[in-house]
Amino acid sequence: MPDATGLELIAQELRDADDEAVLETLHFRGRSTLIVEPERIGWVLERLRGKGFDFLASVHGVDYYPEEPRLGVHYELLDMENVDRLTVKLRVHTDVAKVPSVTPQWPTADHQEREVYDMFGVVFEGHPDLRRILMPEDYEGFPQRRDFPVGGEPVLFTYDDAHGTDYTQ
Amino acid sequence: MEVIRQKVAVPGAPERPEDFRIRQLRARDMLRGDLEGPELEQYVEERVLTTTLDKAVRWAQSNALFPLTFGLACCAIEMMSIVGGRVDVARFGFEAFRASPRQADMIILSGRVSIKMAPIVRRIYDQMLEPKFAIAMGACSSSMGIFNNYAIVPADKFMPVDVHVPGCPPRPEALMHGILKLRKMIQADPDLGWRARYEATGTEEIVDGA
Amino acid sequence: MSATEERTLDVVSPGAADQLDRYEPEHELLTINFGPHHPATHGVLRLMITLEGEVVRDCKPIIGYVHTGIEKTAEDKSYWKAIPAVERMDYLAYYFNAYAFCGAVEALLDLEIPKRAQYLRVAHLELNRIKSHLVWLGTSALDLGAVSMFWYCFREREQVLDLFEMSSGQRMHTRYIQVGGVAEDIPPGWMERCRAFTALMRKRADEYGALLNRNEIVLQRLRNVCIVPKERLLELGVTGPLLRAAGVPWDLRKAHPYCSYDEFDFKIPVGTVGDNYDRYAVRLAEIYESCSIIDQALDGLERLDDGHIADDRKVVLPPRHELATSMEALIHHFKLVTEGYRVPPGEVYFPIESPRGELGCFVRSDGSAKPARVHMRDPSFVNLQALPDMVQGTYIADLIATLAMLDPVLGGIDR
Repeated sequence: MPDATGLELIAQELRDADDEAVLETLHFRGRSTLIVEPERIGWVLERLRGKGFDFLASVHGVDYYPEEPRLGVHYELLDMENVDRLTVKLRVHTDVAKVPSVTPQWPTADHQEREVYDMFGVVFEGHPDLRRILMPEDYEGFPQRRDFPVGGEPVLFTYDDAHGTDYTQ
Repeated sequence: MEVIRQKVAVPGAPERPEDFRIRQLRARDMLRGDLEGPELEQYVEERVLTTTLDKAVRWAQSNALFPLTFGLACCAIEMMSIVGGRVDVARFGFEAFRASPRQADMIILSGRVSIKMAPIVRRIYDQMLEPKFAIAMGACSSSMGIFNNYAIVPADKFMPVDVHVPGCPPRPEALMHGILKLRKMIQADPDLGWRARYEATGTEEIVDGA
Repeated sequence: MSATEERTLDVVSPGAADQLDRYEPEHELLTINFGPHHPATHGVLRLMITLEGEVVRDCKPIIGYVHTGIEKTAEDKSYWKAIPAVERMDYLAYYFNAYAFCGAVEALLDLEIPKRAQYLRVAHLELNRIKSHLVWLGTSALDLGAVSMFWYCFREREQVLDLFEMSSGQRMHTRYIQVGGVAEDIPPGWMERCRAFTALMRKRADEYGALLNRNEIVLQRLRNVCIVPKERLLELGVTGPLLRAAGVPWDLRKAHPYCSYDEFDFKIPVGTVGDNYDRYAVRLAEIYESCSIIDQALDGLERLDDGHIADDRKVVLPPRHELATSMEALIHHFKLVTEGYRVPPGEVYFPIESPRGELGCFVRSDGSAKPARVHMRDPSFVNLQALPDMVQGTYIADLIATLAMLDPVLGGIDR
């Protein structure tokens, strides 16, 4: 992982080229994270590709409920030559959950962005085929959001069946 | 103390060596067509196994089950290992897993049934021809297992299941036990149970011209 | 059932419209539905294949038929109880799932794992790798028609499962790898049995090689079939034996060693051409390497004795004999079992090398006793995107063989 100073250097370079791209840097447990502006994600990833991070290992979503902005998308980058990893993070609000898709430049993000759309509702603009991938196509709701109920059936114990669920009576 | 030797009378066996000769001659007479009337009846009663046609058919059905290859998740690997050498399902004659539901008569639901897969499972079950049996293998297909959430359906919600085999995943021996229990159920009378309660016949899917 | 309708390329998805330019309109294209219930797809994978005669022109995988919402379930359970849920994702590599999750949580907790626990983990992980490759080999050979390989591979698999049962009590989904180390130390007799197994496995792998390596049918079906250049594979995010078969020597055990893999001496098999035969050969060679790693781990276990799990009682259950005498042990036990330990807030992505590629576990913690988000970057999920590229312009039979060589495990793909 680029250590804290390496991370700051990368962030500085990006900020020099474009002021608003990088919002924050984070170094936690030996792992570096860049928090970027959602609109500039494609540009940031291309710049990082130029610096050697040419393998996109993972694209996944996180729901930061109740902190706003709620929905986050993480891009895990890997530099195979120097064996370095870098996370690029962006956060959007639920009502304007639109992120430019990086699939045209990084074909590996195809299914993974579809999964983020399916589970969290983040719409990736420019994605060639954005439809649900894991849930049935006509499913309503975004299951992995924190306010979506886990679902399932209530377990009917024999006592409840016979006496009702109010055990205080 | 006195030791008394006594020959135990085994029914049907000759009591004295001479009796055996008598029976031999009788058998020869029957084959020649010389035994008549009550003698013949007694002979047939003693020797020939009588059974009802139902029982014979059920015996044949239970010993010739063709499972459907229906592996969904982790339980499928344990289902594959009953075909392996250690717990050998070929001992019982059930090793011919058919891929086409039209040719199979036992569906082993091995694995978790998600909501996307449930209509497909039901359709495949409908395409099987009567008499058909279902085994829900593992905790997930019987009752959602440890995944009590939005994405899983227990098999009993959309199709009738004959035997539930618990486990996560059940050992191959456990699955074998479940299959043998099903075999016993078939030999007893498969029309009891859910088939009588729900009057569930005619659930086959027949495509016109097929 | 497969609905075989004769029609020109239908618009299966919005992006398919531009593919119409690629095909002459007078050729009839047949769109066939392959699965999800099919004997040759490894699990419930559905493929929409567009065929011209027997040649595959396009292939679209449709997944989600065994989506279990494990990631959502894991958010509902405390960290200790989420391990069995997370284990059931990639159901052939359950130790790897558990280790990725436990590794991520240990990184968040900043917990030190004793060396003996690390060596035990390595031994079990490599046994699981051998087992996963055995199942792959059995089912793939079955797809190709070499039916008896299935029985041979499952015979060895039973031996591995005996070892698992001996150390943890369960054959599959053993919940053996816990946060802080492993659940229990190995019983006496395990090491001898394991050594006997690795010696046997090498001989058996020789036998499998003798059966398949120069088999004319295997060569005809796998040689020079479905080659994808490594640049394209890297673009698609493919990792694991598929990438190594194409010639890229990328293995996380060597590149970024975790769990004391840097103390072991092993080689990484790398292919040259990148065809199906290389993919098969790489996995077969990995079995030998895993046997060697296990032998070294057993040698190491003989001299290490610093505990099979970490000492931190705030995170790890105290040993049961202490519960009778020590009050703190009882309180710790109670707290850990009912509420669970609290993990400091943060996010960590922990990648390891599973039998199919890079398995990464992302855990986000918000300071409570339950994880706020668990995500597995499953290798099969990403590797599946390479399938359309691989089977362009080949026959259906090659599609089946390629699917077998891709080694998809639908539990990991759908989670």
